[in-house]
Amino acid sequence: MSEKTDPKIKIEARGVEVFYGEAQALHGIDLDVNANQVTALIGPSGCGKSTFLRCINRMNDVIDGCRVNGNIAIDGQDIYSAEIDVVELRARVGMVFQKPNPFPKSIYDNVAYGPRIHGLSQSREQLDHIVESSLKRAGLWAEVSDRLLASGTSLSGGQQQRLCIARAIAVSPDVVLMDEPCSALDPIATAVIEELMEELRKDYTIVIVTHSMQQAARISQRTAYFHLGNVVEHGATQQIFTNPQNQQTEAYISGKIG
Amino acid sequence: MSASSLFLCLVGLGLFSFFFGRRRIHRLATGASQKQHSRDVYHASFLVICATFVPIVLLVIWTGISPLVIDALLESFLKARANTASLGELSVMIAKTKAYYAGSISAAFIDDTIAEATNYYADLVAHSLQARSFAVLLLAIAGVGLGVRKIALRFTARHSVERVAQLIMLVASAIAVLTTVGIVLSLIFETIRFFATVSVTEFLFGLHWSPQIAIREDQAGGSGSFGAIPLFAGTLMITFIAMIVAVPIGLMSAIYLSEYASPRLRGIAKPGIEMLAGIPTVVYGFFAALVVAPFLRDGGADIGLTLSSESALAAGLVMGIMIIPFISSLSDDVINAVPQTLRDGAAALGATHSETIKQVVLPAALPGIVSAILLAISRAIGETMIVVMAAGVAANLTANPFESVTTVTVQIVMLLVGDQEFDSAKTLAAFALGLVLFFITLALNILALYVVNKYREQYD
Repeated sequence: MSEKTDPKIKIEARGVEVFYGEAQALHGIDLDVNANQVTALIGPSGCGKSTFLRCINRMNDVIDGCRVNGNIAIDGQDIYSAEIDVVELRARVGMVFQKPNPFPKSIYDNVAYGPRIHGLSQSREQLDHIVESSLKRAGLWAEVSDRLLASGTSLSGGQQQRLCIARAIAVSPDVVLMDEPCSALDPIATAVIEELMEELRKDYTIVIVTHSMQQAARISQRTAYFHLGNVVEHGATQQIFTNPQNQQTEAYISGKIG
Repeated sequence: MSASSLFLCLVGLGLFSFFFGRRRIHRLATGASQKQHSRDVYHASFLVICATFVPIVLLVIWTGISPLVIDALLESFLKARANTASLGELSVMIAKTKAYYAGSISAAFIDDTIAEATNYYADLVAHSLQARSFAVLLLAIAGVGLGVRKIALRFTARHSVERVAQLIMLVASAIAVLTTVGIVLSLIFETIRFFATVSVTEFLFGLHWSPQIAIREDQAGGSGSFGAIPLFAGTLMITFIAMIVAVPIGLMSAIYLSEYASPRLRGIAKPGIEMLAGIPTVVYGFFAALVVAPFLRDGGADIGLTLSSESALAAGLVMGIMIIPFISSLSDDVINAVPQTLRDGAAALGATHSETIKQVVLPAALPGIVSAILLAISRAIGETMIVVMAAGVAANLTANPFESVTTVTVQIVMLLVGDQEFDSAKTLAAFALGLVLFFITLALNILALYVVNKYREQYD
């Protein structure tokens, strides 16, 4: 588990098990996520990587019959302990979904939504500032600055996804979770978002689920390979892709299974 | 032959042509080198269509039109014989002729002219029936003959059957549309006749409604006044009260059912609410009249108010209950149609469940909810039974919900029950009211559709 260059550990998962009713989706996941890095979760469909991702901001809580065992700590604090306020947790751990899901509101209101419900701004100017800087960091400002009042749903798919990223970072989270954020996008929009992630990791810790091995290799510093609800192998991305220790990992990465 | 036996003949012929057509194509196909275009069943169906389609259409049209033609002929016959110009007398004679023909009056009551006319009429009817049977059967047999000639290996029976199927569906939708057009036209024409006696401005803006008019010249009684404002006001007030009850309850129960209730509770509660829609309105009516209205009156008496036992409030409250399932069921559907990803998006930003509902789900569902409310309003405006029983029939122009009021629909009922000449202003007023009602509900429905189409589906 110890690495050569061991930066600060942001998220620490120990023995995470998830049950959907009777079915067990995760069988004791141990995984560390480093701060200010992109960690990619890869693996075949149904292997539990999205389930694990949704444990980190407790989005599984809303699913009926879903039960989570084990510990996940962010900055040393167990997020499943009784004192944790889920609403505050989710403000700290933002999430971007597979399909862009802007609210049917204006671009401005989409980004301002989080700051408003958490009371992050005292004045209109401050809110304007948050919206502008979030859109800028999401690389969308130049395209939408003249039509902030247009509906968020009127944007193209790639723009919508960047709007969702802007919306997520507007509440200044520590961690941004991304669940296959590019799977609904064309290669050009994908490239834009990948560049953006490289930019964002300076300020945030990013965990991304992806089905594209090339994407994982391009953007992540560390990679975890999930299979049937277990982490089969994890480590530095370069090592996983060039010199996998596990046969299953090698088979998946080289396209033999999957 | 009567229409039903003729129809049975056609059915028999259809069955025969099915098996005949199937055997024929089967024979043609046996040992043939070419591949058959359509399966046997299409050839058989094609022959059935040839045998029955046109004859059935003819049968329907003939049966519908021939009484009109025969009546017109009888009328001109009687006119020529009796030398009378009076329409009333003539229609009595026509009625007598038909009654005698049907055997419902004895020969003692008729004179020579009627007897003559009856013979003439019987002749016409018999000829018409004969001609109809002949024409229908001839067409059917000709159809079979022509159809059989067309059956061949490469004949595209499949496409022909397809076209006929399309035609039948076109006819079905045409019937629906034409009926609507017919009803609207009759409303319009009768309304125009009404406005010949009562001015449009009096009807639309008059404040006094009392449609009692003298039936006989020497009768005492008003000349009737047809100011419909009290009716519109009553309708508006009762609808408004109903909406005050139905919108909050319906909407909130929809939100509870779709967002909070467990699937099990939802499985029980949703049909339970929808059952309200299954209660006949007349039951609501006497519930309003016998339970709610006395309850309100007694409650009023307790605090020193004398209330009438028929009140807009009682009718509106009960109507509101009746409308709840319309709003809750439709709203529930549109709330469920809001994509889960939007809820997830809000939750992932740290919104609580109720914030998510208020700020994301409801705005997204709003167009659907608005149209549900508009549809419920048009339902409330058209409701009659509850108002007749609970709100009374007195056309008071009042803003007091504890008083008795009446609505457009109730007055239509009142205008048309009882003995009345069909062309009196009183009867015709019902058409004018009906036309107004039609336009109001039409406008509401169009508005609802417009709202839904305009704001629908930015997400999928």
